[in-house]
Amino acid sequence: MRTFARRALVAAAVLALVATGSACSKKNDSGARPGQLTITIDYFGDFGYADLIKEYERSHPGIHVQIRSVEKLDDYKPKLAQWLAAGTGAGDVVGLEEGILNEFKTQSQNFVNLFDHGAGDLRNDFLGWKWEGGTTADGKQLIGLPTDVGGLAMCYRRDLFAKAGLPSDREAVSQLWPTWEQFIATGQRFTAANTGAKGFVDSVTTPFNAIMFQSGDTNFYDRSGALAAESSPAVRRSWDLSMKMISDGVTARATTWSKDWEAGFKQGSFAVTACPSWMLGIIRNNSGADNAGKWDVAAVPGGGGNWGGSWLAVPKQSKHPKEAAELAKFLTSAKSQVAAFKKAGPLPSNVKALDDPEFRAYKNEYFNNAPVGQIFGSGAKALKPVYLGPKHQAIKERAFEPALQSVEQGQAKPDAAWAKALADAKKEAR
Amino acid sequence: MRRITPYLLIAPFFLLFAVFGVYPLLYTGWVSLHDWHLIGGHQFVGLANYTGLLSDPDFWNAMANTGGIFVLATVPQLLLALWLASLLNRGLRARTALRMGILLPNVTSVAAVGIVFAQLYSRDFGLVNWLLGLAGAGPVDWQGSRAGSWLAIATMVDWRWTGYNALIFLAAMQAVPRDLYEAAAIDGASRSRQFWRITVPLLRPTIVFTVIISTIGGLQLFTEPLMFGNGKMLGGSLGQFQTVAMYMYETAFQRFQYGYGSAIAWTLFLVIAAVAGVNALLVRRAAR
Repeated sequence: MRTFARRALVAAAVLALVATGSACSKKNDSGARPGQLTITIDYFGDFGYADLIKEYERSHPGIHVQIRSVEKLDDYKPKLAQWLAAGTGAGDVVGLEEGILNEFKTQSQNFVNLFDHGAGDLRNDFLGWKWEGGTTADGKQLIGLPTDVGGLAMCYRRDLFAKAGLPSDREAVSQLWPTWEQFIATGQRFTAANTGAKGFVDSVTTPFNAIMFQSGDTNFYDRSGALAAESSPAVRRSWDLSMKMISDGVTARATTWSKDWEAGFKQGSFAVTACPSWMLGIIRNNSGADNAGKWDVAAVPGGGGNWGGSWLAVPKQSKHPKEAAELAKFLTSAKSQVAAFKKAGPLPSNVKALDDPEFRAYKNEYFNNAPVGQIFGSGAKALKPVYLGPKHQAIKERAFEPALQSVEQGQAKPDAAWAKALADAKKEAR
Repeated sequence: MRRITPYLLIAPFFLLFAVFGVYPLLYTGWVSLHDWHLIGGHQFVGLANYTGLLSDPDFWNAMANTGGIFVLATVPQLLLALWLASLLNRGLRARTALRMGILLPNVTSVAAVGIVFAQLYSRDFGLVNWLLGLAGAGPVDWQGSRAGSWLAIATMVDWRWTGYNALIFLAAMQAVPRDLYEAAAIDGASRSRQFWRITVPLLRPTIVFTVIISTIGGLQLFTEPLMFGNGKMLGGSLGQFQTVAMYMYETAFQRFQYGYGSAIAWTLFLVIAAVAGVNALLVRRAAR
C-alpha cells in the first residue's frame, strides 16, 4: 500500500507538471457571441488599440474584434509573409511597418485596394508622404491606411541625471546636446560621475538608428532600389558615431529587446534612450509603476527625424473585406489616433489629429507630465520620409545591428564588423 | 488471402511513413536542387545549392557550433547519467520517487526551460553571474562570448536529458547478474572497481545506443539556443551559437530561400546518417 501511495504521488506530480506546461500554450478562442462576425487584426508591439476596439464593438454590435499581437516585428514579418503566400491564416486587418512595407508592396495583389472601399476621400486627412507610402507606385491601389509616424525625441532619467550632476529639466537637457558629438560628451560626463548605472545610453543600436533616420533621404538602398549601404553617407556617419560611442564607453551594452534591456529599464541600467513616440508605451511597460515620473522627454540631438510608423492593410484573403476596411478606417481616424497616442504613444499621421487641441494639450503623466503632444506634434508635419527600399528591416535587424552589437560586446573589431555587416546585407538583399 | 494478411497488417505504418516521412524527405531533396523562393517562381540549378553550402562560412560556423555544443553537452551528460544510474541502482530510500524525479526535467516544456535558463544566464541581472560575483569572479557575457554561450546551452541540454539517459542505464544495470558483483566482492574488489570492471563493460551496447540517440538530438539542436538567444535565429551577434538547424530555419523561413534551406536540411540529414553509421559499426565491433 505504501508503494502504491508513493507511486500515485509521483504520478500526480508528473501530471501536474505536464499540465502546467501545456496550460499556457492553449489560448481561448475568439470569444464572439453567436451571430457575431469576428474581425481579426494582426500587428506587432502595442498599437494602443485595446480600448478603441471595445468602443468599436459597442457601436457595431454585430462585430467582434480580436487582436493578435506579436511582440517583435522580426517575428511578425515572416509569419505574415507565410500567411500571405499560403493564402490563408492572416488577420482581416494587418499592420505593416515602414521597414517591411516596401517588400509587401511588391506583391500588391495580396491586398485589397482600399480605394474600392471609399478610402480615397480620406487622402487629405493624412500627411502627404505618409499617404503616398501606402499606395502603389502607379498610385492606383491603396494598400494601407496610415497609422502613425515615428517622430524622434530622447527619453532620459531625471533621477540619474541629477545624481550625475547634470541638469534634469527637459529644456536644459535639450540644450546639452544639439549635436551627437555633444551627446557623447554628455555621456562621458555622466559616466565619470559613477552613478551606479551601467552606462549612459541603453545600447549602441539605439543612436545608430536614430542618426541614420535623421541624416538623409535614403539608408541602405538608393532611390532606384539597389543596395547601397557601402557608399551611403547616412549609414557611414551613423556607423562612425556609433563606434565612437562604444570606444568612449557611453553605452550600457544592453542589447535592445533582450532580457537585460527589459530589466535595465526597471533597474536603472541606463539614463537615456531614443524614443520615437511609439517607444513611450514600451518604456513605460518595461520600467513599471515604481519608476513613474522618473523618465522625461527631451529633444533629440541632430534635429528631427522619422523612425518607424505603420499602415493598416486588408489582405485579399479576408472573407470580410468590407467590414475590415471599415475597421481600418475607424482605427486611423483622427479621433482614434489621438486615443491611441494617449494609450501607447504612436504619433498620429492624421493631420486632423495633429491639429486636435486635445492632442496638443496632452501631457504624459508617466513621463513627469512631459507635454508630449506638443513635443512630438510640433515637428510632425515637418518630418521628412526616408526612402527605405525593399528589405530595410532585414538588413537593419540581421546585418547591421548584430555587427554593432558584436563590437559593443568586445567580440569583433570595428573594421571586421563593418565588413561583416556589408556581407550580411548583401545576403539579406539577395 | 492468408499470404497478404501480414502485409496488410503492417501496411498502415508504411503508408503513414511514406506520406509523412519519405515523401517530405524526397520533396525536400527535389526543392534543394532549385533556386526556390517563397514568392515567385523556381528554377532548376542542379547541385549549385550544395556547392554553395561548402563555401558558405555561415554554414561552417553553424556546423562548428553544433559539433562543439554537442561534445560539450554529451560527454559530461553521459558520465553523469552513468553515475546517477549506479546510485539509483543501490538500495536507497524513496527509490521510485527518485527514479521518477530525475525524469521530471525531461517532461517540462523545453521552451519554458529555455526561458528560465536564458534569465539565469543573462549578463547584467542573471543568477549565475550573481553567484560568480559572490565568489569574486567577474561577470561573464554568456550571450556574447562563444565559449560562454556553448557552456550555457550545454547545461540546458544536460538539464533535460541527463535523467532520461540515467533511466536507460539503470534499466540495463538491473539486467546485470547480481552474482557477478558478489563474486567480485568476495575477491575484494572495491565498489568503484566493480563499477568500471563489471558494470561499464556490460553496459557497452546501451552506452552506444545513448550515444546514437544523443547524436541525433544534438545535431538537430534548435529550441535551446533559440530561446537562449532571445528568440532570434541569428544565435548571437556573430552567430556564436547558431546551430545548423537554426541556420536552416533562418534561410528557409526568414529569408525564404527554400532551395538553399532544403540543401542545408539534406546535408544535415546526411551528416546525421554518417555519424549514426559510424556508431553502428562501433556497436558491431563491440558486440564481437
